[in-house]
Amino acid sequence: MKITFPHMGKLEMVLTDVFDRSGLDYIVPPKTTIKTLQLGVRHAPEFACLPLKITIGNFVEALGAGADTLLMAGGIGPCRFGYYAEIQKCVLRDAGYKFDMVVLEPPPAGLKPFVDTLKVLAPGKSIYEIWRLIKVSFRKARILDELEKYTLKYRAYEATRGTTTKAYKQALETMRPAISEDEIEAARAEAFAILEAVEKDMGRSCVKMGIIGEFYVLLEPFVNFDIEEYLGHMGISLERAVYLTDWISPSKENQISGISNDEVARAAKPYLNHFVGGEGLPSVGHTVLFAKEGFDGVLHLFPFTCMPDIIAKSILPRISKDFDIPTLSLVIDEQTGKAGVLTRIEAFIDLLTSKKAYKERKSLETVGSVR
Amino acid sequence: MCATVGVPQALLYYKYFPLWSTFLDGLGAEVVVSGATTKKMINTGTSLGENELCLPVKVFFGHLVDLKDKADALFVPRVVSVEKRAYTCPKFLGLPDLARSVDGSLPDILDPVFNRRLSRRKYYEAILDFGKTFTRSKVRIIRAWRAGLAAQKTYEGRLEAGLTPMEAMAGEAAAPSGGSLRIGIAGHPYNIYDPYTSLNLIKKLHQWDIDVVTTEMLPAKVLHKEAGRLPKRLFWSYEQEVVGSVFHWLNTKSVDGIIYVLSFACGPDSLVQALLESETRRKGGMPLMSLVVDEHSGEAGMITRVEAFVDMLRWRRQ
Ligand code: SF4
Ligand code: SF4
Repeated sequence: MKITFPHMGKLEMVLTDVFDRSGLDYIVPPKTTIKTLQLGVRHAPEFACLPLKITIGNFVEALGAGADTLLMAGGIGPCRFGYYAEIQKCVLRDAGYKFDMVVLEPPPAGLKPFVDTLKVLAPGKSIYEIWRLIKVSFRKARILDELEKYTLKYRAYEATRGTTTKAYKQALETMRPAISEDEIEAARAEAFAILEAVEKDMGRSCVKMGIIGEFYVLLEPFVNFDIEEYLGHMGISLERAVYLTDWISPSKENQISGISNDEVARAAKPYLNHFVGGEGLPSVGHTVLFAKEGFDGVLHLFPFTCMPDIIAKSILPRISKDFDIPTLSLVIDEQTGKAGVLTRIEAFIDLLTSKKAYKERKSLETVGSVR
Repeated sequence: MCATVGVPQALLYYKYFPLWSTFLDGLGAEVVVSGATTKKMINTGTSLGENELCLPVKVFFGHLVDLKDKADALFVPRVVSVEKRAYTCPKFLGLPDLARSVDGSLPDILDPVFNRRLSRRKYYEAILDFGKTFTRSKVRIIRAWRAGLAAQKTYEGRLEAGLTPMEAMAGEAAAPSGGSLRIGIAGHPYNIYDPYTSLNLIKKLHQWDIDVVTTEMLPAKVLHKEAGRLPKRLFWSYEQEVVGSVFHWLNTKSVDGIIYVLSFACGPDSLVQALLESETRRKGGMPLMSLVVDEHSGEAGMITRVEAFVDMLRWRRQ
């Protein structure tokens, strides 16, 4: 068995770490490129949301590279993601590909199937061993997210452009070989030291932007045109609503963003009073929280026809008005070009920058008049 | 409480209006329904709704605005789930919030929650809670709900007997059968029966001497059984019905061909289309046409396509 999986940002690092521990033979799909997208578009249903198309492209390329088993997450709805695996299976079989498919359905769909699938992924291991292995690997994955969070926030302040990105890559590589818990903690300290050593100009007045939206588009740099790095280089300090491990993990705490699901739902309530699948509710809730925390603006990214986030987009104008916080929703599909996206983002940055300058002037004036 | 409650003639109206109107009536409200879909409503809905929304939700917005001066409040229930372990569509989960986001100074939105995923007790508590906005009498609420369920049962019986929702609600007789062809139409009721968005598809087929059966005309039991053949159960109830009807027709060969009506930018349909087309190919023999409707679909183009499809079916019959 040679197992493979779709790309989604750092997911590759997390999964290969698990497979190395469980002793599973795997093939990492070739990096997502425009060719992957084209392959996906050829095989996927025409009106499907973009993540389905690209993940199908990943599978086609991985099968070409010698994989024989596809690993995919399942789901219980209501957004399309939970049915992706079935459609992938259906269209790839129809196209003549031969493969096995392992679908990891979440525990709410049934604990026994969940455990059985885990056993397939860790052949010959006891449940206790599997639990241990996942726990340790997951701790490592969380650290990767913490490093990313730090990078998003501080890239804008770097004294020399590009140094943060370089340090971040180095930090990830420092983490990669760590196996035991002790090694992981030691690597963590080292990785953070690398990031902290980047020279920063903290006196800089940076625009603070929150990023919300559909998880796949947020987490996969190929799809979002590496927008976060671009924004960082433009001097924008970022905070994102969703991180990989917060998305994978069933915990309600959301340790990376530091905001629990309940808090998010409470913040969203006046505007959206029910979960709607995907990131619909988090997108709304986090926008409110970003506004309350004094962020200068919110950037919203999601794929064309995405159901949960189109609901969020419909609601954002109300929040934007109530809290006087600018938001920009960008819809991404297979035809979206980088140039168009950057033009709109630049205009948005201009707006946020002048608004921030105006506010700062205002507050200076009030301080002056008080004196 | 409020005297008149407006019910938009869109989306789940086609599924549950008899239940809703009888229930509201029993609570002492006067029910007003928005007019039939017009070009103007679609334009209003399209300009108010975000571009990427599916057409049915935009049409729904048009109906909300149509009711603006006709009702004290608008009835927009949150239909989360209509059976265990399943959902409707994310848009229905967020529909009251979407309605509140419409910029058009609308009346109050009444949004009872219908969620079968919850325990029986919780399900009914939500209904009682909603009823309390009209009357303090629990008995009256329960009685109104029971009457609603009875009306709904009668209605669904009529659909199964082969009536369209319009015919069933108006108490009309079914269109005469005995046509030269029989076509199955699968899809969401608000796409199939809204005369405007469906570009009068059913009427046209009748005029061409063709019998029509739709998803709603098949018993729920049959739909569930047929859809149960999918390797993984669909977690959208209404798509399960669509799949069930198509699978049924493919199996029984009780129609000459199938027209599957779906709206552009519909999430669930985008995947179900792939399942249906794949299964049809595998089974071989039964022609299936997917008809995608959006705000730009022109009547002329659609007629040409349907005509070509019908010609093909006739030719196959000879
Ligand atoms: S969140 Fe949106 S884009 Fe992602 S799978 Fe669900 S519907 Fe598709
Ligand atoms: S099922 Fe499709 S058409 Fe209906 S509301 Fe949902 S997305 Fe729109």
